Parts: sequence; C-alpha cells; structure tokens
Amino acid sequence: MVLLQISEPGQSPQPHQRKNAVGIDLGTTNSLVSVVRSGMPETIADQAGCHLLPSVVHYSTQGVDAVGQEALGFNVSDPLNTISSVKRLMGRGINDVLMLGDQLPYAFQQLDEGMPKIDTVHGLISPVQVSAEILRTLVNLAEQSLDVMLDGAVITVPAYFDEAQRQATKDAATLAGIKVLRLLNEPTAAAIAYGLDAEQEGIIAIYDLGGGTFDISILQLTRGVFEVLATGGDSALGGDDLDHAIAQWLRVQSGMNESLNPMEQRILLEAAKAAKEELTEIDHVNVAILEWEGSLTRSVMNGLIDDLVARTIRSCRRTMRDAGVSVDEIQNVVLVGGSTRSPLVRDKVSKFFGLQPMCSLDPDSVVALGAAIQADILVGNKSAGDMLLLDVIPLSLGIETMGGLTEKIIHRNATIPVSKAQEFTTFKDGQTAMVIHVLQGDRELVDDCRSLAKFELRGIPPMVAGAAKIRVTYQVDADGLLNVTARELTSNVESRIEVKPSYGLGETEITKMLQDSFSYARDDMQARALREQQVEADRMVEDLLTALAKDATSLLSEEEIQCLNLAIAELQKLRLETTEHRVLARKIEAVGKTSETFAARRMDASIKSALAGRSLEDIERG
Amino acid sequence: MVVEKASTCDLEFADSTIQSDKALNTSNNFFEIFSIPVAWDVDIEGLKVRYRALQKEFHPDRYAASSDAQKRLAVQTAAVINQAFDTLTSPLSRAQYLLERKGISADQESYVTTDGVFLMQQIELREALGGVTRSDKPWLALERLRSTVESTYQNLQNEFQQFYSAETLDSAFNTVAKMQFFNKLLHELEQLEYELEDL
Repeated sequence: MVLLQISEPGQSPQPHQRKNAVGIDLGTTNSLVSVVRSGMPETIADQAGCHLLPSVVHYSTQGVDAVGQEALGFNVSDPLNTISSVKRLMGRGINDVLMLGDQLPYAFQQLDEGMPKIDTVHGLISPVQVSAEILRTLVNLAEQSLDVMLDGAVITVPAYFDEAQRQATKDAATLAGIKVLRLLNEPTAAAIAYGLDAEQEGIIAIYDLGGGTFDISILQLTRGVFEVLATGGDSALGGDDLDHAIAQWLRVQSGMNESLNPMEQRILLEAAKAAKEELTEIDHVNVAILEWEGSLTRSVMNGLIDDLVARTIRSCRRTMRDAGVSVDEIQNVVLVGGSTRSPLVRDKVSKFFGLQPMCSLDPDSVVALGAAIQADILVGNKSAGDMLLLDVIPLSLGIETMGGLTEKIIHRNATIPVSKAQEFTTFKDGQTAMVIHVLQGDRELVDDCRSLAKFELRGIPPMVAGAAKIRVTYQVDADGLLNVTARELTSNVESRIEVKPSYGLGETEITKMLQDSFSYARDDMQARALREQQVEADRMVEDLLTALAKDATSLLSEEEIQCLNLAIAELQKLRLETTEHRVLARKIEAVGKTSETFAARRMDASIKSALAGRSLEDIERG
Repeated sequence: MVVEKASTCDLEFADSTIQSDKALNTSNNFFEIFSIPVAWDVDIEGLKVRYRALQKEFHPDRYAASSDAQKRLAVQTAAVINQAFDTLTSPLSRAQYLLERKGISADQESYVTTDGVFLMQQIELREALGGVTRSDKPWLALERLRSTVESTYQNLQNEFQQFYSAETLDSAFNTVAKMQFFNKLLHELEQLEYELEDL
C-alpha cells in the first residue's frame, strides 16, 4: 500500500526547511483543521468564516454533492442521502450499528464481514469513504488558506477507540491522500493545548464528552512529558445519545407514533438538539414539532439525561482506579467536547472531582489545537526537546485459547509502543497448523471480546502434543496499531500479519477506491510513489552516513564498514537513475536489511550510555 | 483448533523475544538500561525520572523525520524501555526477573506448594472473597479483605528481599510463587469492585 505523500514534485527534502502539517479533529458532529502559525496554534476558517465543518456529507446520483454546512441543509429534505455522525459507524460491524437502534436513519447493507455500507442514490457507500470526504475537504481548506501543499497531518481519535476504529480512521486518511504523522488520542491532544498555556505539573483528568464518544483520561505531567496513566470511557456514548433521550421524550409528548419515517426522525432530532443547546443558557424553551407545540424545562431535560451522565461518572471512577490515583490527587479537570457545555455535565463533573473544571479553551476546538502542536513537532518544525507524549492502549489485547477463553497478551493501559510475547504449544499429536485468533477486550470469553483478525501458522513440523513451541508476539506502535507475529521456535517457521481488523477495509478494497478516485490519475500516482521512495532513499542515506561517521569505528569491523559503504553507494546510484518506484523500494529494503545489525548495535550502545554515570539531579535538569 | 498455552510459562520473553524478533540485541539488562544497580531495592521515583529521560531520547516521535528502518527500530527500542520500566516497577515481575538472572526460570504455573499454613490461608482468603457479595456490608468486607491481602503481599516482598540478599534462592523462589498468588488475588479484588459497582 502506498501512502501518498503530499509534497511538491521535484522538491528535495531539506532538513531545515519549514514543513507544513496540520492537526485534524475528525469529530462525530463537527470537524476542524488547525495549524501552528508563528508559534501559536489556530483553527482554520472557511471562506464564510466558519471554523467548524459539520461532519455531514450529501450524496446525489452524481456522487458527493456537498460537504459540511451545505450538506447539513439536506438533512431533513433528503435524510437517506445525507450522512452525518458517520464516526459512530467507523470500524463497526452490523451488530454494533443495530445496537444504536434507530439513531441512524440510513438504509444499511451488509455485504461481507466488513463494515456495513450505507445505501444511497449514488450506490453503496462505506463509512470510511464518507470520513475520507470530510478529511479531503479539511485538507483542501487548509491548503487553500495556507497556500501550500501539506506534508502531513495528525488526526485525532477518541482514546477509547479500539483497533478496528483506529484502522478505519487511518484507512480514511489513506483514501483522502493524507500522510498521517500520527493518530493522536483526543484527550491527550486537549492536554497539549492546555499544557502550553499552563506549563503545569501534576495529575490532571481530561473529561471528553463529544457527539458520539466519551473518554476519560488521567495524565501525569512532568517537565513536558505527558504520561497517560489510564484511559477509559465508552466509544458509543455522546451528545447524540443525549439528543435521542430528549427526542424520545418529545415524540411521546407530541403524540407521534413509534414508527417514524426518516424525515420525521430528523425533525425530532433537530428539535431535541436545538432545545438542548438553548437550555444550556436558559431554564425553559418552547418547542414546536410539526403541528405540536410544547415546552421543555432544564430540570425535565436533566432528568432525561441524568442516567447517561451518571454512566460517564462511573467510568471516571474506574479509570482513576486503573491509574492508581485517588480523587484528591487530581489537580485539574479539563473539559473537552461540545457536550460538556451542558450545565448538568459541568455540575456532576465538578461535584465528583471537587474542582472547578478548566474550560478556558473552546471545548470544540481544543482537540484540533493540540493536534496542530503535535503535528508541528512531528513534521520537524519545532525541536521536540521539551515535549513528549506517552500514550496507552485503551483495551487489552489477547489471543483465543482452548475452550473459547481469551488469554491477555498486552494489558489495557500499557504504555505504547509495546511489544510482548507468549509461548504456546500444540495440543494434538502431529498437529501442523495453528489458528491465531487476535482479540481485543477485557472480558474472559472470546465471544465477549472483539475479534480483530484470524490467521494460521502452517508448516509446524509434526511432533507429539506439547512439544512445539510457538511464540506469538504482539507489537503495538505509537499510533496504537497492532502487528502480530507467530513463529515456531524449533523449526523457525514464521507467519506474520499486520492486523487489518475484520471490520476495517481490505487492502484491495482501499487500493480499488484509490484507483477509482478521480483525483488520482494513474501517472500522478506513479509519480507520487516514486517521489516518496526517493525521499525515503535520501533519508536512509543521510541516516547511514551520519551513523557511520559517528560510530563505525567503534561498532563495526573493517569488512562491515566496506559492505555498508558499498550498499550506500548502490542506493545513491539507483536513486538517481531509476524511474520505477518498486525497484527503488526493493533496494531500500535491501539496504535496510544490510544495516539492521549496525542500527541495532548503535541503539543498544546508546541506550546503555544514555544515563550512565549521571546523577538523578543531572537527569532531571536534562 | 486454537492455541493452547505452553506448560512452561515463559518469563524470559521480557527481553529475549524482542531480541529474536528483530535486530535489537539488548545485551543490556533492564537495570543497566536505567543505569541502576541490579538489586531488589529500586527507588521508584528515581526510576520514573530515568524512564522519562530515556523516552525523551528514544521514543518514535523523536524519529518522525527519519527513515522507515530507523522508525521501526525506534518503536522496538521504546517498547524495550517500556518493558524494562514495567518489569522493574511491579514487585512481582521484578522479583521474577531477578531470579531469572540467577538462572532460575520462575515456572510458577506448575508450582505445587507443600506449605500447609500457606494453603490454609489461601483457602480462607478465597472463601472470604466469595463471601464479599453476600455480606451485608460488601464494601466494608472488600476493604478489610484488601488490607489483609495487601499487608501479606508486602510481607512476602520483605521476605523475598531477605532470601534474595542471602542468596537462598530456593526459598526466594517459593516466596515468588506465593507473591504470585497474592498478586492474582489483588486483581480479583479489583474485578470484584467493578462487579459491586454494577450491582
């Protein structure tokens, strides 16, 4: 899979040249893009001056017809082709979607194992495609507004998003032609945005109630290190649910019957949402729905949403326990997400923590601002010397064992990146294959966990039961994405899989969508792919030359040095001559292999010497 | 046909797997990584300072502009640092790691104790655990049980330290096996707490 890198063709990457990277908050209700300009993050407005792009896409028979505010206009008149809250479908199977009940008034089609597709006048549309449209709109907005081509983006996801949801988000970015610098957890992004102002130390809680998801994260801030101690929440609880609780009440009050058509559903929902928003400021609103007129008070509304808010507080309690932190240790609570404007939410949160929550930054844009800061660092504009994020995985990762049980391999709240292995054995004499079933979740039974992938390790030499040693390694990278390897140790038979969750899109599906997409003509794609490999080759040569100059004599034999120098020279030559990106990619891989041992020795030596002979005081001073 | 857990609980995976998985040849032990002496006593706060300093240097975010090969290596390196930190901060895994370095594979799964007193205590504690939800004051019962378990766990750690420093490793091994029982009990208490909240 080629990740499309957006950069000027023919431009050579210069280490100190300023690069352009944005932060994107891909929200359930609204999305935003922001960028760091003269050291400060700011959100980017469209021509009408709006910073929030409603996460809505309207399809006509021709295809995408409108995105954002304009698409929102079709909400009531053309509900089946106006897709909103698509984030709730990302990485979900049909059963999850059905659990949301009648909340999403679309016609769904389940074709295979994957995500359900939405049946529109333009045909079946995947939630990933809808998200890609929103991302593309934001990137275009940023490129026009900044008058540059973007080098990459940090995209935020709820901390409680599982593997499948993260992968689906990354797939959407790929489809939109965006180079993802990092998937960043939303609460962590919010903490960065606040951390800049405050430079504070201590333990803080981030309470993030968005349109469709709830997250609670407990962070420890120490000298610019943002360390997530624990994260929890509910990836299917948000402002939408508050709206539905209110809509349900309005339906009963107005005497509408239970089976509503999609248009009536939208009318009810919009009335509920409007009432909710007004009630944050005043105590009482009048509501009119079709012929019916009535009123809703804040206290009645609070009664309707009380239980949902209580669920979030319960999550807070659990997550603090996971973090090993008590309420009185929390020094600050940050509110994120539009739904935290609700007075009831504020009230309950401040009661629970015994603190006035921080909300000096706009809860709608704080996540995007934090993402922009991180993007600026990752793309290399700002020396990252003083800031580092240490994030965690939200749910345990395990493997199916005999009897339909889940054996945990990596526990929830483990700091990423993380790599762990466990050994397993065969249970039948002469068994030559083994199914590795990768699961996510904290429950004991396989059926209660989410199935991420299944693959088979074949070619195990026949032995008596229990004699084979199969080592299964789980590795989670800094984006929270999983890679699984299985290896039989006596024979060294290996099988590995980049976990593409059952609910994500297949590689071929994405490739096909990319090819179908108008904006990427064939030649264009070739040119981009070649350019990307050239940049990679340059990086590798630069890395290697620097490394050799520094450590060759101490870590390598004369012969090894010659071998590496030869490899570098060949790579440089090919880099200038070839026009075939695959050839260059293969060479890069080969040189990578040749230099692997050297790289590992250097890393090993530098870990060893990093802290050697330094006192705690020295280390703390940095 | 799914996997069956190997009878030998492989406790060396901590560094050996990562070693075999790709090139990272950590000849460094976990203590060395943090530049602290190999010993039971670890200053946890100091360790945290060292841990953060290492991650500031080796985390993949520091290599965002490097080649893919370098990035992959950074992911592995940061994972080793995380693993080392987790191993040394948890009393149980630190004890197991120390024994392992003395050549004692802590195969606790098949450990059979002949210590009658310990067995009785286990049975009593298990019964108490089962009784919590039936109690009139389940939260109080839970807290009492937790403080018993925690103090015993602490005593076992002290015991381990003595055996380990006296190099009576067989006894240290037995103590680690007991620690494992208590560590598991603490996890179960946590689960129970969730269940109580859901009632």
